[in-house]
Amino acid sequence: MTTPLTRSAARPRRRRSGTYGDHPATGYLFLSPWILGALLMFLGPMLASLYLSFTDYDLFSTPNWIGLENYERMLTDDPRFGNSVLATVRFVVFGVPIQLAAALGVALLLNRASRMSGVYRSAFYAPSLLGGSVALALVWRSLFTADGPADQLSGLFGMPSRGWVNDPQLALAVLVLLIVWQFGAPMVIFLAGLKQIPQELYDAAAVDGANAWHRFRSITVPMLSPVIFFNLVLNTINAFQVFNAAFVVSGGTGGPSDTTLFYTLYLWRKGFVEFNMGYASAMAWVLLLGIALVTGLIFRSARSWVHYAGEKR
Amino acid sequence: MTPARIRTLAWHALVLAILLVMLYPLAWMLASSLKPSREIVTSITLIPRTWEWSNYAAALEPRVGVPVWRFFLNTTLISVGAVLGNVLTCSLAAYAFARLRFRLRTPMFAFMLATIMLPYHVVLIPQYTIFQQLGMVDTFWPLVLPKFLATDAFFVFLMVQFVRQLPQDLDEAARIDGCGPFRIFTLVILPLLRPALITTAIFTFIWTWNDFFQQLIYLSSPDHYTLPLALRLFVDTQESVANFGPMFALSVLSMLPVLLFFAAFQRYLVDGMATSGLKG
Repeated sequence: MTTPLTRSAARPRRRRSGTYGDHPATGYLFLSPWILGALLMFLGPMLASLYLSFTDYDLFSTPNWIGLENYERMLTDDPRFGNSVLATVRFVVFGVPIQLAAALGVALLLNRASRMSGVYRSAFYAPSLLGGSVALALVWRSLFTADGPADQLSGLFGMPSRGWVNDPQLALAVLVLLIVWQFGAPMVIFLAGLKQIPQELYDAAAVDGANAWHRFRSITVPMLSPVIFFNLVLNTINAFQVFNAAFVVSGGTGGPSDTTLFYTLYLWRKGFVEFNMGYASAMAWVLLLGIALVTGLIFRSARSWVHYAGEKR
Repeated sequence: MTPARIRTLAWHALVLAILLVMLYPLAWMLASSLKPSREIVTSITLIPRTWEWSNYAAALEPRVGVPVWRFFLNTTLISVGAVLGNVLTCSLAAYAFARLRFRLRTPMFAFMLATIMLPYHVVLIPQYTIFQQLGMVDTFWPLVLPKFLATDAFFVFLMVQFVRQLPQDLDEAARIDGCGPFRIFTLVILPLLRPALITTAIFTFIWTWNDFFQQLIYLSSPDHYTLPLALRLFVDTQESVANFGPMFALSVLSMLPVLLFFAAFQRYLVDGMATSGLKG
């Protein structure tokens, strides 16, 4: 059975595997670009950004220590910050589960021997590939603009609208639809997971008279749960950081009425439009904490619904 | 017709129906690139009433005083640089993590995994400051240099998983033949690592090609603009309907390399994507 990312780290190392005892420095030599990168691009900047988050810093003058003021302001004196959290959380809460459901649904549909399977699989994957691009976001924006195709379609159903992207009720839905539409990447991972489920399980269940729904509930979902878990974690983390789509669809503003002011969009505005780098750094750390918290909750919940092969249920 | 045959046909019909809905936005973009600007937004149909090939000519006219081929060239330079960096340094790091033994391996590997999950924004501003101090803002260096420092931990991890699967006996045999770690790496591991290297190269290329955030932050003079930045110019001017045709034409052109890559390598891509989540 498969094990996702989180497990592999804990895998016991083979004893004395690949020893080059006579070259003790070789490991560090091979790793030297990475070590340099880890220090200069990650560890150093992380410490610096933590420091900056307690300062007032405009990029040009020396950072000025102000203690917790940035964090206080976020919580008490910045309604737009609250709006950005709300927009992001709504995006993640609606977008990710629907996206994963679509991915699983289509994966189940495609999990069938056919000469066309490969072609279909690639075709469903194509939107994911272009997903982050500005070009596609422009297309998306035009599809949902006033009198555009989406308006004409909703008109057919008797729901007149004057541009989904201009409507505070619908603007976020446009972006949710975009992420749902890009279900290709998790779908491919689901497909690979489905292939690993032994057919005998289904045969045995069929003999016992289980119908399709029972088989899905009692075999597919538990056997696939490590893969569902992996996709859930990965896509949640990514969804928290979506920027391009929100930037292009709202023209960089996060409008209408801040309903698409995603967290990273607001962070960018604070840092690179208003040059409030201290505040933006503080926002980055709050984002890290938020993601860690949500990921932690998913990991905790995993104990009750993720089953690994060879474990007692 | 047998029931099995009917079921197969129904399956194809269902899959194709879903695909039709899925691919409509892409088809609409392509169709729109050939329609007169005024017709585009309000028309839901895919066949242009009049074919407006001049959109493509208009898309290739200079933008903010810079010829459009320049945007293509800039994007290509950055993407190719990123590919070289990732393939070179991520494979070195992966080999060290997967095969070599040294004291700090375990904590370093743990840190590498942690950086996969780290939001880029946490390091964004100090990284920007570093590049600013180095006088590299508004050059391609901030977009390329980090790739030569194996900062894309996702690919390091992908390759570590791959190397771990290769039989140790090969290394042993090469070692008995007198190869040191460098020759084992170049003569044994690298050739076998090819599928993972190709996956890394293609994903790096496509992701860099499509990237916007970093280019937005680091590149400011129009000479250095990339395609996404050039396309972004349409965001501000989009309200003027006259620009729609050229906008879609340039969108199509900017997606072409990605689609061609995809068509050529889709097997590697899709398998690589599946592998990344599953091998353990």
